Amino acid sequence: MAVTVIRADESRSFAIGEDLAFGEGNGVVLVGSEAGGQLAAFPSASRDFVAVELGSECLAEHLGLEESEDNVRTVGFARFRMGDAQPTRLVELVKMPWTDPAAVEAARACFENAGLTVAVCEDFAGRIVDRLIRPYLNAVLRRLDDGLASAADMDRTLMLGLGYPEGPLALLKRTGLAAHHDVSAALYQQLADPDFAPARRAQVVAARR
Amino acid sequence: MAIGKVGVAGCGTMGAGIAIVAARAGFETIVLDSRQDALDGARAQTESFLRKSVARGKLAPERLDEIMASWSGTTDVRDLADCDYVIEAIFEELGAKHELFAKLDAICGPDTIFASNTSTISITEIAGGSGRADRFVGMHFCLPAQLMKLVEMSRGMNTSDQTWEKAWKFCAKLGQTAVETKDTPGFILNYFLIPFNNDAIRLVEQGVAEPAEIDKAIKVAMGYPMGPLELLDLVGMDTQRLLSEAMHDLTHEKRAACPAIVKRMIAANRLGKKSGRGFHEYGDTKMFGA
Repeated sequence: MAVTVIRADESRSFAIGEDLAFGEGNGVVLVGSEAGGQLAAFPSASRDFVAVELGSECLAEHLGLEESEDNVRTVGFARFRMGDAQPTRLVELVKMPWTDPAAVEAARACFENAGLTVAVCEDFAGRIVDRLIRPYLNAVLRRLDDGLASAADMDRTLMLGLGYPEGPLALLKRTGLAAHHDVSAALYQQLADPDFAPARRAQVVAARR
Repeated sequence: MAIGKVGVAGCGTMGAGIAIVAARAGFETIVLDSRQDALDGARAQTESFLRKSVARGKLAPERLDEIMASWSGTTDVRDLADCDYVIEAIFEELGAKHELFAKLDAICGPDTIFASNTSTISITEIAGGSGRADRFVGMHFCLPAQLMKLVEMSRGMNTSDQTWEKAWKFCAKLGQTAVETKDTPGFILNYFLIPFNNDAIRLVEQGVAEPAEIDKAIKVAMGYPMGPLELLDLVGMDTQRLLSEAMHDLTHEKRAACPAIVKRMIAANRLGKKSGRGFHEYGDTKMFGA
């Protein structure tokens, strides 16, 4: 039996019509920005796993903070993408402290069958990548305002010095400053950490939408 | 006066790499360190790195002996007296740097240019204790220096135009790509990198994910060649602590503050690749590419 895919609506992880070859198994993948609304219909007790797509919210918003028979095999996932760019190969797979390790491995195998790379993390706001890059990108924008160097020199230095494929300012320009604003603002609200407060340039672009 | 002999003070990871760059570019290169065993280790790793470069077709075989012949080590600062250019790559402590430069100033000729590979401390401040602030530049190489082309170059407030021009040309002769940066804490690269790496360490501290998962996520999502914890293992926890403390002292920015786990890792000798274990485990303690 093939892994069941239920699409609630448009998804940031998987475009409509995208071939989702998740392989065989008694698992369920709930896709879409409103995928969490489908969870009640898919208790995980009788499944290998249930994977629900996440936006910037935590998995606990869907499962609550207590372990139950119905959520012990439920995991969250999000395919990482920067703003308007295509999704990357990375799937961040979110587990709760009580999640059955076998369910995590089954969900991992499901996404890997589809040619994706899985990084497992606990249920924290921003998961891994947004948690690391949003403060960094805000700092780059702030220092550009401070006149540390030109945008081109900052990008060049970080590319040459660290082997990055693209400088941070070129990346933000390509993928959208407003999108960075939205992710950063959502994390700022959840974490109350000023390093996540969107930098002025991102605020300006977001305000002009 | 043309630059013929280059001194490199300090043969840790950075100093050893810078010495390879200088010797490979054809300069007579002398490396100063207080520990003979460190010099012996650096020489062996330099030879190993160059042999690999030959095997990979990156270096003509006949150049290996030539480069090794131009590389020498010393524990006596007086052996740097006839250097035309001295690059300091010791630990990030202003007092220690001033002490070293005061000794060098007393023995080197008036035309010798001093450079610091500092990544966090103000060039103007280091130059202020060097006895020759007008003949002093910042020259920050990237890790691993023997492989990375970028050098962040910065003037101190009193650096003369003549010195700057000469240092810039010297950097090109080393085969490196120079980018001019302001003399501000961390310049460009470390201003962003040190807090970013500390943030990655805090994810481990908080149990957000295992180190391997964090590295994998960043590499796949962002296309970076190394994950932040892999890079930290290369930098070394002891160095990250010094960098963070120096940076935090200067900026008071909380992301620059050294995470507590780094101090515990240092106490447990989990320094990174050089001790065989950091966030990841390693089968050897050889330098990058050796």
